[in-house]
Amino acid sequence: MVKAWINDIPVEVEPNTTILDAAKLVQVKIPTLCKHPDLKASAGCGICIVRVQGSNKMPRACCTPLEEGMHVITHDAEIVSVRKTVLELIMSNHPDECATCGRNTQCELQSLLADFGIREVPFDKFIPDLPKDASNGTIVLEPRKCIKCGRCIEVCQQMQNVWALSFLERGFKTRISPAGDITLSDSPCVRCGQCSAHCPTGAIFEFDDSPKAWEALGDPDLHCVVQIAPAVRVTIGEHFGFEPGVNLTPQIYAALRRMGFKAIFDTNFGADLTIIEEASEFVERFAHGKGTLPLITSCCPAWVDFMEKFHGDMIDHFSTAKSPHEMVGALAKTYYAEKNNIDPSKVFVVSIMPCTAKKYEIHRNPDMSSSGFQDVDISLTTRELARMIRQSGVDFNSLEGEECDHLLGDYTGAGTIFGATGGVMEAALRTAAHYVTGEKLAKLEFENVRGIQGVKETKINVAGHEVRIAVAHGLANVEYVIDKVRKAKENGEELPYHFIEVMACPGGCVGGGGQPYGVTDELRIKRAKGLYSEDEGLTLRCSHENPSVIKLYDEYLGKPLGEKSHHLLHTKYKRLPVYQR
Amino acid sequence: MDQEQLRKEVDEIVKPWEGKEGNLIMVLHQIQNRYSYVPRDISFEVAKRLNVPLARIYEVITFYNYFKLEAPGKNIVSVCLGTACYLKGAPKLIDEIEKQIGVKPGETTPDGQFHVQAVRCLGCCGLAPVITVGQKVYSAVKPEQVAGILAEYSEPATAAAAS
Repeated sequence: MVKAWINDIPVEVEPNTTILDAAKLVQVKIPTLCKHPDLKASAGCGICIVRVQGSNKMPRACCTPLEEGMHVITHDAEIVSVRKTVLELIMSNHPDECATCGRNTQCELQSLLADFGIREVPFDKFIPDLPKDASNGTIVLEPRKCIKCGRCIEVCQQMQNVWALSFLERGFKTRISPAGDITLSDSPCVRCGQCSAHCPTGAIFEFDDSPKAWEALGDPDLHCVVQIAPAVRVTIGEHFGFEPGVNLTPQIYAALRRMGFKAIFDTNFGADLTIIEEASEFVERFAHGKGTLPLITSCCPAWVDFMEKFHGDMIDHFSTAKSPHEMVGALAKTYYAEKNNIDPSKVFVVSIMPCTAKKYEIHRNPDMSSSGFQDVDISLTTRELARMIRQSGVDFNSLEGEECDHLLGDYTGAGTIFGATGGVMEAALRTAAHYVTGEKLAKLEFENVRGIQGVKETKINVAGHEVRIAVAHGLANVEYVIDKVRKAKENGEELPYHFIEVMACPGGCVGGGGQPYGVTDELRIKRAKGLYSEDEGLTLRCSHENPSVIKLYDEYLGKPLGEKSHHLLHTKYKRLPVYQR
Repeated sequence: MDQEQLRKEVDEIVKPWEGKEGNLIMVLHQIQNRYSYVPRDISFEVAKRLNVPLARIYEVITFYNYFKLEAPGKNIVSVCLGTACYLKGAPKLIDEIEKQIGVKPGETTPDGQFHVQAVRCLGCCGLAPVITVGQKVYSAVKPEQVAGILAEYSEPATAAAAS
């Protein structure tokens, strides 16, 4: 252990703990801007400088390890003045457009400017003339507002292994861009949105579809319906001062109804339905030898895009089941419309998702129009919904909860845990095990697939058969799993896994690219806990027990993997070039 | 260049460096030397051969001034902006070049005849201000001489008028 002092407060830490992390242990907050807890320090901005007694240098707390006997001073007049200068220098290259910026009131730079009382910038202003890129309709790049912290690049290259974003040129001319003068839509970007979730300023944010939603809600000819994803219910509260992980499902239903939606559905219902189809698929492939193993989950559109671009040889392994919200969309314009005598061309489906990639998924291929119309019309992120709730005048904090519309809204615990890494796997196992054994499972929890470890591998026993499983989240973690499968196939060895779950974002959808800002592992854990505790509290915790799903098959779909299911609930994949240009 | 030819040429360049640490920059150097720039289709091929993301290749290319992304003009006009040349009036030469052929440093004339670049010290401060065209050095250049120098290289052979 290393013993030292921070502002005369004794502190004891493991070797190689940074001054920044050590300070947190004694309730000292050193300001940071380029440093994000998910990412290794880039030491870019210099706002976290501190002083070490006996030295006249000012080391950066984010990347300087605390050493034995050190006396660290984190705050004095000179340090504060240097920090102010850092901010003033950043502002000399940053536009004064806070009022109209996508990150207004939620910008890390803006809060620091407020904290430090920066009232004017004493340096000449130079704002680079770089164009905005909204080409892919999901993520908007505004490189003029970039402060070159490098977070998005670390995220895109190391955490996600996508390599769409890079720093081009150097020095004063440094800018974020895909390789060469191409747009994001021509780049390898898989639209996971992790760059936007990690950007400290408004240089990267989600494409705002809320004007389209308001327009549809105001159109008397349209019948607007809405659904909320599993992970949204435990995160939206962060925008309204609730603790992370608090489940606000009934309040969200109520708010959406007040905003004018004619029916409130739940993507958790779609998740249960996805499980019925996907677990049936797994049983077909595993127990009856029909189809390729391992089966790989396909609910995550960024993962689908990543696979189509980088791992096209895995297409046969992919579950053909659509993602839950696409299933709900398809059924809203068929089953729901028919039952209620509504012209399906007038049904307008809005999905509230933790995700930016869903904005792309809704028109990914012709299967996303299986109802004869685009099944989901627009997809909004949690952040967009929070803004819409504020605009709507609904007092979210004191709103009485309401129920959903049951036809496509009822759900089980299996549906709700879809929002966390391992959740799809756990939900599928509950139902697949039941399909194989025909019995009720004694224990529903599969703890080995839970948690935020990047890759989780485990074996479970289903009716005397060993089922080998891998769960990966954060796209860089996928490579290890896919490599193992590929090698085993090449060498004709026994398959390392039978079933693989992948979610592109670390932590799964609770850490999605469209979720409230400021995500860290601590937050991901709290949000996931919100989902798991809802699951625990529910009487029905297996997708095949969902009465509305059972009714849907009885009345409308026939049987899982049947003809109608195949048409409405399944899709295809194809190899895509990594670069379009 | 057809795909087959391109692959063959990249193969020639990449082969000696395969598996060696720091090979990307060496490979890019050879490409730059061979083609006078790094064409995008070659970068794609290098990415494949070295298993390096295209983004990394572009980070390197755009970081170092040495690498170019566009085919340079036939004649490279370098104007020295080192301290001595600068003080002796090199900025005026740059203005004059722009007046004559309409391009600034870093740009190429639309007909591809001239590429103008500003360079730091060329190592002959005693001759300041200095312009080079290709390998030829012009010393103590005055703005009024610029037109004549450029004319030596212009097509059709108006060079006769200058000499």
